Amino acid sequence: MQATTHTAAHHGAHEAHHHEPSFLQKYVFSTDHKVIGIQYGLTSLGFLLFGFLLMLCMRWQIAHPGETIPVVGKLLGSILRNMDGSLMMPDGKMTYDVYNIFGAMHGTIMVFLAIVPLAFGAFGNYVTPLMIGAPDMAFPRLNMASYHVFLLGGIVMFASFFIPGSAAQSGWTSYSPLATTVTTHGQAYWLVGMVLLITSSLLGAVNFIATIIQLRAPGMTWMRLPFFVWAQFVTGFLLLLAFPPLEAAGIMQLMDNVFGTSFFLPTGLAVGGRIADASGGGSPLLWQHLFWFLAHPEVYVLILPGMGIVAEVIANNTRKSLWGYKSLVFSALAIGFISFIVWAHHMYLTGMGTKISAFFQTTTMIISIPSVIILTCLFISLWGGSIRFTTPMLFALAFLPMFGIGGLTGLPLGFAASDIHLHDTYYVIAHFHYVVAPGTIFALFAGIYYWFPKMTGRMMSEFWGKVHFIGSFIFMNVVFQPMFAQGMAGMIRRMADGGLNYSKISHPDAIGGLDKIYIDLHTVILWGAVGLAISQIPFIVNLFVSIKKGKKVTSDNPWEATTLDWQTPTPPPHGNFTKEPVAHRNPYDYSLPGAAKDFTPQNQP
Amino acid sequence: MDIPYTSKPRPDTGIYNAKVGIWLFLASEVMLFGALFSAYILLRVGAPEGTWVHGMLNIPIGTFNTFVLITSSVTVVLGWAALQLGNFQKYKFYQAITILCALGFMGIKSFEYADKFKHYEVWLKNPVTVMHGDKEVQTNRVLGHIEYDGKHPYFWNTRTLREKGIEGFKFEADPYHYTLSPKELAHAKSVSKGKPHVVLDIKTADVERLSAFVPSHSTYFAVYFTLTALHGLHVLGGALVIFYIWGPGAKMWKSDPLRYTNRVEVSGLFWHFVDLVWIFLFPIIYLL
Amino acid sequence: MSNHSHSHADAHSHAPEEVAKHVKTYLFVFGALLVATVVTVALNYLHFDSKVLTIGIALLVAAVKASLVACYFMHLISEKKMIYVIMAFTTFFFIGLMALTVISYLDVPPETATR
Repeated sequence: MQATTHTAAHHGAHEAHHHEPSFLQKYVFSTDHKVIGIQYGLTSLGFLLFGFLLMLCMRWQIAHPGETIPVVGKLLGSILRNMDGSLMMPDGKMTYDVYNIFGAMHGTIMVFLAIVPLAFGAFGNYVTPLMIGAPDMAFPRLNMASYHVFLLGGIVMFASFFIPGSAAQSGWTSYSPLATTVTTHGQAYWLVGMVLLITSSLLGAVNFIATIIQLRAPGMTWMRLPFFVWAQFVTGFLLLLAFPPLEAAGIMQLMDNVFGTSFFLPTGLAVGGRIADASGGGSPLLWQHLFWFLAHPEVYVLILPGMGIVAEVIANNTRKSLWGYKSLVFSALAIGFISFIVWAHHMYLTGMGTKISAFFQTTTMIISIPSVIILTCLFISLWGGSIRFTTPMLFALAFLPMFGIGGLTGLPLGFAASDIHLHDTYYVIAHFHYVVAPGTIFALFAGIYYWFPKMTGRMMSEFWGKVHFIGSFIFMNVVFQPMFAQGMAGMIRRMADGGLNYSKISHPDAIGGLDKIYIDLHTVILWGAVGLAISQIPFIVNLFVSIKKGKKVTSDNPWEATTLDWQTPTPPPHGNFTKEPVAHRNPYDYSLPGAAKDFTPQNQP
Repeated sequence: MDIPYTSKPRPDTGIYNAKVGIWLFLASEVMLFGALFSAYILLRVGAPEGTWVHGMLNIPIGTFNTFVLITSSVTVVLGWAALQLGNFQKYKFYQAITILCALGFMGIKSFEYADKFKHYEVWLKNPVTVMHGDKEVQTNRVLGHIEYDGKHPYFWNTRTLREKGIEGFKFEADPYHYTLSPKELAHAKSVSKGKPHVVLDIKTADVERLSAFVPSHSTYFAVYFTLTALHGLHVLGGALVIFYIWGPGAKMWKSDPLRYTNRVEVSGLFWHFVDLVWIFLFPIIYLL
Repeated sequence: MSNHSHSHADAHSHAPEEVAKHVKTYLFVFGALLVATVVTVALNYLHFDSKVLTIGIALLVAAVKASLVACYFMHLISEKKMIYVIMAFTTFFFIGLMALTVISYLDVPPETATR
């Protein structure tokens, strides 16, 4: 794949060096941040696709409860087995247990195996050292270790589908006591997988933060860093300090599962009609606190790198500097800091008192301010720009209103009073998917189209990129927009029959039953999901075909960008820069009055 | 281009890369152990009055282990100081003591664990008479050691009795119980020193629940084992790294003494953190 | 290598007198730690009536010991600002985790209290 371009550059830069590294050393056990970045990228994209397919099966079940899943139903039916060896869904019809398994794993895979590794592991690894003018990450071997531990964690998670009883089925949130008392072993696999993934993230975070602090090139002061680097820096701190409590909680839940402890099992717990054989004395709320202590900063881990990518693409495609650089930086720092003290807004309905509820409500409202500031700065950055509607720019532009919708719809959830009605409904699903799906994923698509030429020396097809964009944009909204209405009507999350049992269809006289329209919307959503799936095909084909057949770039800087990552050979050789670059100016010196071109690279004196 | 500041410090931060890295890692470890301590606090605060297990750990042994770890902490930093003066042999000597202390700590911990695994609590359906100190009491819950077939078994629980078909066993009862207040417990222990223990004949049919002092016994032991085991893993990991640098990795002293000294410093920082955790662990779990 | 005239316990203070001074500090701290450990265990046998006092004193002694290890063995007292900043944020978040979790547990609507 990159063999041709990579080897050529590799030979060029290392003629004087020792022996040529083997295939294993170059592509499997590489310590080069660019190779590791691509490893993360391809692995995470694979998991993104897998998580997407899980969702398609679930949406089918929701829209057509009890009907055989087309195309893959029989296949799933022959793979998934119960603890006693019998098939879980022999006739290809999704059972409620399988629905729960798919639901739990869809969330887990999307968050921990797809988005974070892609946004932080892939883009962070590949671009950050280039942007700050460093030869590699501060700890290259640690970097390699972090990828392999991530891969191992992913394998454990993937393998858990195939064990008797199949994978975890207690939601990606794995609340105890449910997660502990389910008799299958999927949860234990989930916990082991999570410990591995958390370890990988911790190692990565240490590397990123140390690299950004220590390896900035001469002249690259903190306030000359591209916003992308600031975003990755804050993300690193979130991962570093927020993940360990979940690791601790995961260890405790593993103890509960395997050694029969009662960290999260309350006294007098009854399972299956009998008092559980456990010491009791534990607290289910303890799990929730520790889980959400991570999971809230985690959502900022999901969005910040995306914001960083969008900022770079917007600056580059408006041919002007970002508006409000300082505001952007301080907002990112503020988001990072405040994100640690808002977590219990996921727990408003757990019986917390009014004082502590008010505290979390206040911090939650406060954190919306820096988020809005960032979005506003990005919007204002468009004003007066010379906008180039390239594919990366289309995705970056779409990110803005999509993230806007996602963010604004979070406000009623942040207020305890309105959250009473909306908690655990489809409204929540719509809210967070808007932020991550047409939010972060669009930013990541923008990043892929943007940095592809630097990695491969070829452009992706603009035409198919635009097809990918239009399809994705339309169908993302078709899928998620109706969910707001469904949620406000009271449709609860995680119902394997799509809420049919709670609807006026099944129980015409029930008070508060869901109206037929909300059930019918499931069909619309299903078609949206199918449309979304089809729209990804040009992307997947484009990505792989362009590696060999894409239009060759005519310069090392086809987008005419100012940042240091574009002032390197294509692709950058081992060590990135032949001699140490020096940053002489701000990162977005586009359209300087009197300059020869409409951009002035950061290393130009 | 080589990666800068691997040995020489970066001028504006004044630190070399690995030191930044290890402090960042230690920050994450603070959060890890912090979360476990938070769990301990929450579980203890939430436990009904008088139900929290206490006084069941051997304080003299725990104190000795604390001395062992503190000693290893000072030898680690003395070893690094010796390296700074260029005295490689002295460093080897001090670091060897560090590694021995680490092994000693783990050995003593293993002994403590084994001791717990054969110390039992039995919940009986009908009360029996035992001594608490010098007082006779009627109670359903008795602590002590099982004697069966001339042996003191490990890891028995309620299910074991059923599975092994055991009809009855001898139970050497402790003259105290953790439901006593700390003052009463200390008094009971001291007053019954040297006196023989009451031996009960317990029938399986009379047993409501049997459990050794294992993680599943109570949330106290769950926390105790989880915290000390995780700490122990860190002791082991740290000792392995220090050993590697001391032994197989010592070649670097010849080729790059500054980088070697930095490695010793960085691994030493980790070691001190492990000691730090124990400094909090010991009073919280053993004494409070 | 440059000469350091200030007493900085970084990897480059190789002046023998400085190192000897540091070694004296290490041994003094070692002694203090041993004494503090004995104090910790001795205080345990005093059995205060107030739970708050018991916990408070135990944690206070532990904090003193921890500070000695951190400041002198880990050289935190002469470390660079960067490290302080990292540890300060960590401490803040650690306290936040502990405090907010426990407060959430204790602050419940009056009619729902089970304790």
